[in-house]
Amino acid sequence: MSNSKGRFGVHGGQYIPETLINAVIELEEAYNHYKNDPEFNRELTELLNEYAGRPSRLYYAEKMTKDLGGAKIYLKREDLNHTGAHKINNVLGQALLAKKMGKTRLIAETGAGQHGVATATAAALMGMECVVFMGEEDTKRQALNVYKMKLLGAEVIPVTSGTATLKDAVSEAMREWTSRIDDTHYCLGSVMGPHPFPTIVRDFQAVISKEIKEQMLEKEGRLPDAVIACVGGGSNAIGTFYNFIEDKSVALIGCEAAGRGIDTFETAATINTGRLGIFHGMKSYFCQDKYGQIAPVYSISAGLDYPGIGPEHAYLHDIHRAEYVAITDDEAVNAFEYLSRTEGIIPAIESSHALAHAMKIAPTMDKDKIIVVTISGRGDKDCAAIARYRGENISE
Amino acid sequence: MSNIKKAFENGKAFIAFITCGDPDLNTTKEAVKAAVKGGADLIELGIPFSDPTAEGPVIQGANLRALKGGITTDKIFDFVVDLRKEVSVPMVFMTYANVVYSYGSEDFIRRCHEIDIDGLILPDLPFEEKEEFEDVCNKYDVDLVSLIAPTSANRIAMIAKEAKGFIYVVSSLGVTGTRSSITTDLDSIVKVIRENTDVPCAIGFGISTPEQASKMSSISDGAIVGSAIIKLLEKHGKSAPSYIEDYVRSMKTAI
Repeated sequence: MSNSKGRFGVHGGQYIPETLINAVIELEEAYNHYKNDPEFNRELTELLNEYAGRPSRLYYAEKMTKDLGGAKIYLKREDLNHTGAHKINNVLGQALLAKKMGKTRLIAETGAGQHGVATATAAALMGMECVVFMGEEDTKRQALNVYKMKLLGAEVIPVTSGTATLKDAVSEAMREWTSRIDDTHYCLGSVMGPHPFPTIVRDFQAVISKEIKEQMLEKEGRLPDAVIACVGGGSNAIGTFYNFIEDKSVALIGCEAAGRGIDTFETAATINTGRLGIFHGMKSYFCQDKYGQIAPVYSISAGLDYPGIGPEHAYLHDIHRAEYVAITDDEAVNAFEYLSRTEGIIPAIESSHALAHAMKIAPTMDKDKIIVVTISGRGDKDCAAIARYRGENISE
Repeated sequence: MSNIKKAFENGKAFIAFITCGDPDLNTTKEAVKAAVKGGADLIELGIPFSDPTAEGPVIQGANLRALKGGITTDKIFDFVVDLRKEVSVPMVFMTYANVVYSYGSEDFIRRCHEIDIDGLILPDLPFEEKEEFEDVCNKYDVDLVSLIAPTSANRIAMIAKEAKGFIYVVSSLGVTGTRSSITTDLDSIVKVIRENTDVPCAIGFGISTPEQASKMSSISDGAIVGSAIIKLLEKHGKSAPSYIEDYVRSMKTAI
């Protein structure tokens, strides 16, 4: 398509109302200018290092490795970042960019609340106004994060339309952006939406694979055999994959939320159950019915509970460069508990989907093979929900 | 070339938007007939979408009520065949890109042609992406309607030059819904449109009163009203058509 921008194979594009087009063009131009600006990059690196605590550790999970008896397992500890997840990498980049563009107000959607907390944090740091849209269902699942956002000075708007989860929060943030563009930047949290967001968010998250590569070469003197990450929209996964795409010996594995199973209606596994469509500004794979109505997806994880996937992932799937597997609630909860007991690390329920797959494949691999699993966030926020899943009621 | 131009031959055009299947297709049929009787020159039939990102709460509600009632694209196609026996004014579909794409773009647009649908409005399809459906629309004489927004600025001429059917001028920032005032400098936008095309333009978003309709149509070639009509359906349900007829007459008289 000659006029269309931001394509990954057939995926991507800019399927948004005319009202927003000049705003995304302005964003693209600003990004293209600042991404090569030494001063911008110096400021961003300083924020990432001094404020967010990068580089994050690449930790050898020795007990887990021995227990599973196969491939050597390393954990990329994005959970150790300030605000407890990989989301801060993207948010600091976008907030700094927005500030350079003269914007004074950030709006964001959030699922689990990690992106909302990260955006509220950056807004507090940079003296910007912040409004976060969050599905009402998710405000209940993630009450602690709602409190944190308010504490950080953000306004949290519970979204009651549709399924009252992440996709509805995205829709509402888009509606808000169409009504107020001049002073407002939409700080999108994943590698989705209209161009240039999938590219901008990927570039800001690519620091994950850049560090993995350097750290792995330092520790093992070679590249890993597989890198594994969970996929909702897909930002920590694309961050984990990006600098390995050209290294064909490295398997790229994304773990989708199967919910109660991909043969049930209660699933959020887009690649495994969805088909090509156009939604939220992009062409990609979506869970939908035969008439194109977006399906009400389900996962125990509020962060993976999204009916689509970023366009670059859809493309990596099409060309068979990356593999996307589905992990059920049960498998993820088991992995959540396993890592807590085995390594003393409580992972986010999102990241537990990636761990669950590592637990499946590591025992089938030789001991000289190496797997890296990205722990995209920490699991404090999930403890109450997992306790409930196990039939125990605790108050937060 | 479709029949849309006929809608602009009877003075200023009054364009009515009605969501199919809210609360049921029989009421939609009566509502369309009532709007035409009241003087509507063109009917926009909404095909509901689960996640209508350009709509405010009123039309979102209509979409969800209709979907809950079991409406589907195929049922709407059959409904239009039936409706066309009694309604001859130009009609267009308004829906979202995925509804067309998911059905199979060519199948959907061919079907539009077969049942005398004159155009297609897709609020999530900007100029840059119109190639997605444009060739097929041209092949079947279905006008792919372009939208121009208060933020379009340097894009107005480019969009106007390639416009078909009519141009949908979005009056204000934000989503659909009634507004107490419209502050955009629409005169300048319409001036640039006129310099670049003979295709008529109508203004929509936020129009609910005869005074607003009169003002908007004095600037342009017509006024588009959706949420105010949907509110009548929301309030009166199956007995809404008579209220719609009176309302549309008051609006058409004002313009």
